Amino acid sequence: MCATCGCNQPGPSRIDGQPADDIASPLVPSDEAEHAHLHVHADGTVHAHPHTHDHAHGEHHDHPHPHPSEHAKPGDVHEHEHRHADGTVHTHLHGNGHEHSHEHEQEHEHEHEQEQEQGNTASHARTIPLNQPILAANDRQAERNRGFFKAHGLLVLNVVSSPGSGKTTLIQKTIEALRGRLRVGVVVGDLETDHDAARLRSAGATAVQITTGTLCHLDAALVARAVTRLDLKTLDVLVIENVGNLVCPAAFDLGEDLRVVLLSVTEGEDKPLKYPPIFQNAHAVVVTKGDLGAACEFAREAALANIRRAAPGAAVFEVSARTGQGLEAWIGYLEGKVGRQ
Amino acid sequence: MQEVLAKAAEQATQHGATRILAVRLRIGGLSGVVPDALRSAFEVLSGATMAAGAALECELVEPVAWCPACQFEFAVNDLVYVCPRCEAFCPELRRGRELEITSLEIE
Repeated sequence: MCATCGCNQPGPSRIDGQPADDIASPLVPSDEAEHAHLHVHADGTVHAHPHTHDHAHGEHHDHPHPHPSEHAKPGDVHEHEHRHADGTVHTHLHGNGHEHSHEHEQEHEHEHEQEQEQGNTASHARTIPLNQPILAANDRQAERNRGFFKAHGLLVLNVVSSPGSGKTTLIQKTIEALRGRLRVGVVVGDLETDHDAARLRSAGATAVQITTGTLCHLDAALVARAVTRLDLKTLDVLVIENVGNLVCPAAFDLGEDLRVVLLSVTEGEDKPLKYPPIFQNAHAVVVTKGDLGAACEFAREAALANIRRAAPGAAVFEVSARTGQGLEAWIGYLEGKVGRQ
Repeated sequence: MQEVLAKAAEQATQHGATRILAVRLRIGGLSGVVPDALRSAFEVLSGATMAAGAALECELVEPVAWCPACQFEFAVNDLVYVCPRCEAFCPELRRGRELEITSLEIE
């Protein structure tokens, strides 16, 4: 169910036709798992750690580790998030059903306070300060995604807009413009059909289609499952085309670097004022279908002023994917961002 | 709430406690959490845990945004943060989204 608008009807989300829940991802902890240790190394390998840390972190190593788990797939490990009293958080991935004897050696910069005080019979009440944030499930998943994407050196975009603003066409033109320069993978979300993924594959990208059935936005878990179908090591840019919706996606971090909001000239100049949350968090705003502006008597100056007001700090682009107008600046912006990963 | 109870139990156990007497939360006005709903959930879910019978104390944090032009903090109560002085949209929310366990009382 969408926590923003409450929409919810039966029918599972699917990834390239398969029920999403059937697609395991090392980024998504399974329901039964209690402990897991996920290590994402600089080379992008994700693997599990047995709990006797007898090796240095950071070096590349192979782990044939015992996995007493009911999951048949080797890649499906359990993820554990450690929140320590001092506020540090780290995540590890390994098999379940084990004892926690945290013998972390000098490789860990933080300390574990793990002593189980046996025989603490004194019944004295005491206060322990914590100041520990409880992150919403999607935020936690998004952070896992983010770490994973960064480890792969990917530039990740979350492209949002109303339905029909031109997301797919802009992404298509972007893929074509970057051909031979940057390799683009796409995750597309729609309620039904794989038309968008098919279109983008024709343009030369590897694409995964998420069909949500009824869900009005993509969330971090769906994205985490979908990217298992992409070979991220072979990509430079990951574009996530969200479900057409200017409301609910604002509340769902997917783990992206750039949130890109599209607004077509046919939608009117006051849209940014009407949908503040999605614009407030935009890194870039792209005004699309510029070739139709005159026909719509688009109030360009007013629109730009409203965009600056609702999305202060966002980079603004005016394009026509059809004619190619303005695309160079947009592509240049993306290439500049890739360099900074 | 399950998340809150799980973290509380984890921390309490690490400190050698067998019971949680009180859970103190800091809840921002824009966190999306309704204290009454949280309280109901706590009552229902804590019964089977080491927090059974514990008190739940909620400190509410008023949402406050920051206007960099006016160098001024102002209270907000919805998703649009418009500076009352200069009417600019100010995206920086300084406080108000928190959902934290501030402390636990244990024994």
